[in-house]
Amino acid sequence: MKKTLAEVVTEKTFLVLALSAISALVLITVFIFVQGGPFITTQGLGGFVFGMSWAPSQGEYGIFPMIVGTVCVALGAALIGVPIGICCSIFLAEFAPPLLKNIFRPAIQLLAGIPSVVYGFWGLLFVVPFIRHYLGGPGLSILAGSIILAIMILPTVVSISEVSLIALPRTYKEGALALGLTHWQTIYSVLLPAAKSGIVAAIVLGIGRAIGETMAVIMVLGNSVALPESILDPVRTLTTNIGIEMGYAAGEHREALFATGIILFLIIMTINALAQYITRRR
Amino acid sequence: MTLTTKQEKFFILLMCLLLSACSGQRQDTLIVAGSTSVQPYAEVLAEEYGHLRPDKIVDIQGGGSSAGIAAAEAGTAAIGMSSRNLKGGELVLWSVEIAIDGLAIIVHPSNTLTNLSAEDVREIYTGSLTDWGKLGGTPGKIHVISREEGSGTRSAFEELVMGKDRITPKAIIQDSNGSVRQLVSSDSQAIGFISLGLVDHTVAALSLDGIAAREDKVLDGSYKLFRPFLFVTLAAPEGSAREFIDFVLSPQGQEILLQEGLVPRREEKP
Repeated sequence: MKKTLAEVVTEKTFLVLALSAISALVLITVFIFVQGGPFITTQGLGGFVFGMSWAPSQGEYGIFPMIVGTVCVALGAALIGVPIGICCSIFLAEFAPPLLKNIFRPAIQLLAGIPSVVYGFWGLLFVVPFIRHYLGGPGLSILAGSIILAIMILPTVVSISEVSLIALPRTYKEGALALGLTHWQTIYSVLLPAAKSGIVAAIVLGIGRAIGETMAVIMVLGNSVALPESILDPVRTLTTNIGIEMGYAAGEHREALFATGIILFLIIMTINALAQYITRRR
Repeated sequence: MTLTTKQEKFFILLMCLLLSACSGQRQDTLIVAGSTSVQPYAEVLAEEYGHLRPDKIVDIQGGGSSAGIAAAEAGTAAIGMSSRNLKGGELVLWSVEIAIDGLAIIVHPSNTLTNLSAEDVREIYTGSLTDWGKLGGTPGKIHVISREEGSGTRSAFEELVMGKDRITPKAIIQDSNGSVRQLVSSDSQAIGFISLGLVDHTVAALSLDGIAAREDKVLDGSYKLFRPFLFVTLAAPEGSAREFIDFVLSPQGQEILLQEGLVPRREEKP
């Protein structure tokens, strides 16, 4: 069928708009690599990634303590947030009566709508003093960051695992129940294994979200550049390194922050690719 | 640097144009940008100046000392604010000291110590002295709080207290005077340093080598921790920039700064 002029124009307009969205991604990627790439080549990738000392005024740029910090905080968030998130999704998908479902689901989605600076502020005023008072240390710590991030990744973990549970064919559940399994046995030994890839993807995306978060963790992590010795020690993550020093950085220091951005970018890309791969494999 | 200075200037200019298009400001707006330590005082000055000269608009922006100096050099701000002395290539710029700011070593009000020697402070910040008990205070781990790399307050502290030594990487880093003060006020084992003008009842300023951290002690030179607040311009200022600087240096302007907790500038510098 021949397209009318209006149709062609509309189609092209949409194409241009779609391209502008993609081009933003390309622009950002190119910009980060152009700004930070030369720094990594002159400094050496190994020295940058595994360097233990971060002292820009002395010309020392090692981000290993921050990589460790990032991993600790993200894993901590996953340890706290994932069990809660998965239990919540099982409850929503299998147990909750419609009334509760209609309250819980929007409530959890609302968590995603709270600005991260509010999480950080809340953490600073409640979580940090709580840790300082009952567990010791300065309060600003891996634990404080993990608790805040655990709450922040809940919407991601809950909604994706719930969807993967709901999307299972009805026959799985019917078959299991017909064989005489109880409801819980059905969930535990049939539904959860069947929805495994979706749940794993939810966890991976949640961790990705935790790694990318900046504002909330700047306020509760303490931002030290030393390797942590316990979960009550302050740490700095890759994101907060950029966030906290960006305002004052110039010259080589600024390039080093862009280079930090490259490493962060690569980590996040790997995690998202992993999540995509897990969901596709099903 | 990958972007040439020219490209960078163009980009910044473009951003400024976009911003000014958004806010619809008038042409004679005077942009004053730089140190976040100077910013709160500059805002008070700008407000007073606005009462005096309603036809002028002075726009105060943050960004940090280095960024402010760079902005003055690039012409994107008429006046750059700095809380540290100019160095290296920056020395070709025109600058004037508008006031002096003391640097206070602060602790929680419940801390029993009221005095530390400069040597003690240095050892605390290098990480070799880690317990309040060793200093005669209530035993407990010292929570060292510092500012981020590049901060004017931090570089003044490093210059005046640390000498060649480095601040321990274990120090907690906060990115403003306000958050250092907030943290110290809520943690009985913390120590930090902030602008003397920003010390309030929520924290206690320690004496250094027996000299109280007070404006008069800074003025008579006995309290050693202080740094200049500078206004920096590309060339000798003219027009509205000159008028604003004249206002700041006038007895009225200096009186405002004094009331806000700063020490008036030393007369010998131009």
